[in-house]
Amino acid sequence: MLNSRNKVKAALVLIPTVIVVFYFIWGFAVYTAFLSFTKSRFLPNHEIIGFDNYILLFANDRWWVAYSNMFIFGALYIGGCIILGALLAVLLDRLTKGETLFRTIFLYPMSLSLVVTGLAWQWILNPTSGIQQIVRTAGWDEFNFNWVASSDFAIYTIVFAALWNGTGLIMILFLAGIKSIDDEIWKAARIDQIPVWRIYFNIILPQLRTVLLTAVMLLGFQVVRSFDVVVALTNGGPGYASDVPARYVFEYFFQRSKIGQGAAAAVMMVMTMILIVLPYLYYEIRRKEI
Amino acid sequence: MIRRYTYKTALLYSALVVSALFFLAPIYVMLVASFKPLNEVRETSIIAFPQNWTIEPWLKAWSSACSSLDCMGIKPFFLATFEIAIPAMILAIFIGAMNGYVMAKWRAKWADVLFGLLLIGSFVPLQLFLIPLAVTLRELNIYGTTTGLILIHTIYGIPLTTMLFRNFYITLPNELVQAAVMDGAGFFKIFFSVILPLSPAIFIVAVILVFSGIYNDFLFALTFGDTSKRPIMAAVQNIVSSSYGIKEHNMNIAAVVIAALPTLLLFLVAGKFFVRGLMQGAVKG
Repeated sequence: MLNSRNKVKAALVLIPTVIVVFYFIWGFAVYTAFLSFTKSRFLPNHEIIGFDNYILLFANDRWWVAYSNMFIFGALYIGGCIILGALLAVLLDRLTKGETLFRTIFLYPMSLSLVVTGLAWQWILNPTSGIQQIVRTAGWDEFNFNWVASSDFAIYTIVFAALWNGTGLIMILFLAGIKSIDDEIWKAARIDQIPVWRIYFNIILPQLRTVLLTAVMLLGFQVVRSFDVVVALTNGGPGYASDVPARYVFEYFFQRSKIGQGAAAAVMMVMTMILIVLPYLYYEIRRKEI
Repeated sequence: MIRRYTYKTALLYSALVVSALFFLAPIYVMLVASFKPLNEVRETSIIAFPQNWTIEPWLKAWSSACSSLDCMGIKPFFLATFEIAIPAMILAIFIGAMNGYVMAKWRAKWADVLFGLLLIGSFVPLQLFLIPLAVTLRELNIYGTTTGLILIHTIYGIPLTTMLFRNFYITLPNELVQAAVMDGAGFFKIFFSVILPLSPAIFIVAVILVFSGIYNDFLFALTFGDTSKRPIMAAVQNIVSSSYGIKEHNMNIAAVVIAALPTLLLFLVAGKFFVRGLMQGAVKG
């Protein structure tokens, strides 16, 4: 059905996208990777200095704080979203009435930006206005809950805020998965008199491996990219205790004028993402072989 | 039997209500704080209901809240965001729809390769684009302008819109296009009079996702927004964290609520499409 005139038109339509893909996406990414091997400071500079930026990056304590924060945050956020999301999906699936209402309540945070999320939680976690104050006024005078300003705990407040924003989508993914399971399984399990909670946890949820994998990938990418919620909630502080790679890159680019080192950190972000994707690719390839 | 049933139902509902409280708490404390006078915000608990209702924090947040530079409220930033989001959204959706049509219905090998590169590219962290974008925008002389941000959001909106439309158009039967070709319809005629009339649902999904994506953007807004006209999320973050003068929490929070309203309303009005779009993005992407 493709005659030559239509072929030309189809190609013309795709021209802007060809430019976007090769110049603005892949070209830019490769250029930034190139900058990580150069002497770029305030401005891009094309003088190559080998791996010096990486050596500086790996010798920088700040980087390791930011990088390990990503894993602490990632483990708790991904684990939390999946456990809470699956649990809420099961609860909603049990409901006979009010499903729409509860679903809306669990999902609405998703429509809010992560900046709004961070600022809202800043208000709740702020020791002079938030939870600490509520408990103290209620009578427990020595109650301390000052995680936002604590260098040991600030990263966990980011987990709270991000969980609040992200759980809804994971819940919806699991709910769709649960509802797609064949009714025959339910009938069979009923006949065998298996308790309802065991049907969910031993029969239904194990069948949702694809949903689980999708959720892990999706959340994993969000974790590596997370920037907004950190800036809005703690801005990486106190000091640099709750910094993350995405913010580190931004700061080294625009506030410290060390573009080369920032680019090296950005390349490390991509490397981490590739590490997340590998198990998924492995799974996909194995599934196709079977 | 009946007793057991009600006890379990009670347990189910209480678990859901407790979770619902967790999800509702932030919006509740922000709403009540935004309607309290400043002394009440300081003296009463954040969960307390306002005793003297006032809309002054909202008015001040809208027209006179201070950022690090001046005190014009968030109104100019709010409007500037729409000036960026609407043109960029229209362009990204138009290009994405045409791409989707070509990729799904005029299948060519190289178009599939292009789609693959686009899809993988959509996972690249945006940080990798910042420096080359800064250089490009300076060369084009549009750094810190509305035009610059429209261009950026159009470019990086294309992967999402292309994916949405391609995946939707693939589900339309090929016979539609074949029949139209038989009737002598041309390439664009087929798109506008056969394909487009079948697309309202996917257009709604795309409008919601792309608009809220651009509206909620922070990284590009922070990097490329001009200080006097920066997009809303960068502006509201700046207002709240600006330490100039006395912290007027009620006004700051009202500013956050105003910034949150457009996408929240969009979700409440068209949540169904929101969810559908995100699911498609999540599962297929």
